[in-house]
Amino acid sequence: MTAAVVVAVLVAGGVYLVLQRELLRVVLGFVLLGHGVNVLIISAGGMAAREPALLGQQDRAQMADPLPQAFVLTAIVIAFAITVYLLALLKAGDTDDDGTQPDPYRRATGGEDAS
Amino acid sequence: MTGLQALVVAPVLVPLAAAGVLILLTARPPGGGGPFLLPMAARRAVAFTAVAATTAVSAVLLAATSGGAVVVQRLGGWPAGIAIPLAADAFGTIMLTVTGVLGLACLAFAALNDADTDRAFLPQSLLLLAGVHGAYLTADLFTLFVFIEVMLVPSYVLIATGRGPERIAASRLYLTVNLLASTVFLAGLGLVYGVAGTVSLGDLAGRAVADPALAAATAVVLLALAVKSALVPLHNWLPRAYTAAPAAVTVLFSGLLTKVGVYALFRVYSVVYDGDPRFLPVVLVAALLTMVVGVLGAVGAGGMRQILAFHMVSQIGYIVLGLAISTPAGLAAAIYFLVQYVLVKAALLMVAGAVEQHVGTDALDRLGGLAARNPATAAAFAVSALSLAGIPPLSGFVGKLALVVGAVEAGRLTAALVAIGVSVFTLLSMLKIWNGAFWGGPEPAPDPGGGTGTVVALRVPVRAVVPALALGGLSLLLGLWAEPLLAVAGVAAQGLADAGAWATAVGAP
Repeated sequence: MTAAVVVAVLVAGGVYLVLQRELLRVVLGFVLLGHGVNVLIISAGGMAAREPALLGQQDRAQMADPLPQAFVLTAIVIAFAITVYLLALLKAGDTDDDGTQPDPYRRATGGEDAS
Repeated sequence: MTGLQALVVAPVLVPLAAAGVLILLTARPPGGGGPFLLPMAARRAVAFTAVAATTAVSAVLLAATSGGAVVVQRLGGWPAGIAIPLAADAFGTIMLTVTGVLGLACLAFAALNDADTDRAFLPQSLLLLAGVHGAYLTADLFTLFVFIEVMLVPSYVLIATGRGPERIAASRLYLTVNLLASTVFLAGLGLVYGVAGTVSLGDLAGRAVADPALAAATAVVLLALAVKSALVPLHNWLPRAYTAAPAAVTVLFSGLLTKVGVYALFRVYSVVYDGDPRFLPVVLVAALLTMVVGVLGAVGAGGMRQILAFHMVSQIGYIVLGLAISTPAGLAAAIYFLVQYVLVKAALLMVAGAVEQHVGTDALDRLGGLAARNPATAAAFAVSALSLAGIPPLSGFVGKLALVVGAVEAGRLTAALVAIGVSVFTLLSMLKIWNGAFWGGPEPAPDPGGGTGTVVALRVPVRAVVPALALGGLSLLLGLWAEPLLAVAGVAAQGLADAGAWATAVGAP
């Protein structure tokens, strides 16, 4: 239950931030979303057993499922790299990003598509 | 371990190794300034050799699997169920081979147009190829996620190598949309693991039919894949992002990125849902909407590359229509269509890119009379455009005919009619490019207002469109001599329709 609440709060905050105009908030939103999803994956392995999965040192019933931990470790590495790159993009175009300019994506295709 | 099993890892490792070499040897010497360690010609040679070797390996794997066999390699020698499996079957190896051919053509196009001089282009393209190849080979949902990320990260870099103020905005849009899709993919993976206790496709085979919870969890994964395939209504990022990327990068992306999404949609739906007909109406509606919305966007667009980008969306609809039919004939038609479409669309984008680079614009209201001065460019465009619209005897005709026949046989008359109607609109927007850019006198009158008027048609060097001509010729060949590819596509479709056999091969000890 606690895990579900944590995921809900993180994802709600993440979605709210991703929907903002300024890119820095979007980046922070993705950080929150990433954490929310990581907690979701960890809880998919079961929250009851939490001991380290070391054969011969732990009771098997108490061991946490190591596979979701490996997933999350991979996901954290990928998310970290992309967050850094997003921040670099933020810096590369910081003059159009104070939230007061017209929507920059309007100009992305030469203004032809009205969608 | 047989030799073939050892070869399965090559399409991932070879480009990865070559990219590493290129990154190391093109780094600036300490202190800045100074020449690069490797001259441009040597860098090109490394990249070409790597992609050519990968394509050769892919062709060998295709020959080995074209009878329906599945070559499985379990990484690290771990037993089945623990190891990460790479599985090459007919569908995967067809995709590998066409990716290799496209990669070679794209490198040639970039070299002939000096579009690969950016330090990032060659190594990042190779990394991208490694990720794409991995995604075509993996038999595990989490590894699929990792390979898709391996493919996306270089694409984030490549899309930002363009010029002009739009590139940052387009990169941000592209990055945020794909990052959101990846996050949804990851959440779906977590849900699948929570419900089923495994993310191996072999173990998940057919389980979504009887387990609604697993069906819902996998649907989250499919939703993320639909974003990456640019299915309507999740398509809007593609035309905006692709038109701001450099021309050679757009060619590479068009043949690789969305195709991986489509491939994964086919694979995951066929394996996990076992082609369950209950959910196919959803796929059908998405496919038809994608076809129609994409082509209408193309009719309304005003630049060559923008029109072609909207057609990318529209053609994805045709391919997914094959999945929505999900009969062996429909799947085979979709696979044939996918292969020929990758080649044709790359040729069109190469022509558009060459025109944009050598004439300075690809806006139709500023171009005119290209055909009179550039017969080779016009020929490359005409062959590919007619193929895209589905005119015999080109490959697009065979693909569309097979799809329409498959739809009619499956009782989807409306879908068949929509497919034919969209073809007419495709032809219409191809004619719009032809009339706007290629037709007319060699030197149209300059616009009295100046500035935004018609530019005098300049020469596009023949070498700039040689790869496009080659791909157009390939389209003609695949249209006139379609039997071999149709036969292999049939084998691949059989493998998709009979997912149980694939899963057994992947999971067998």
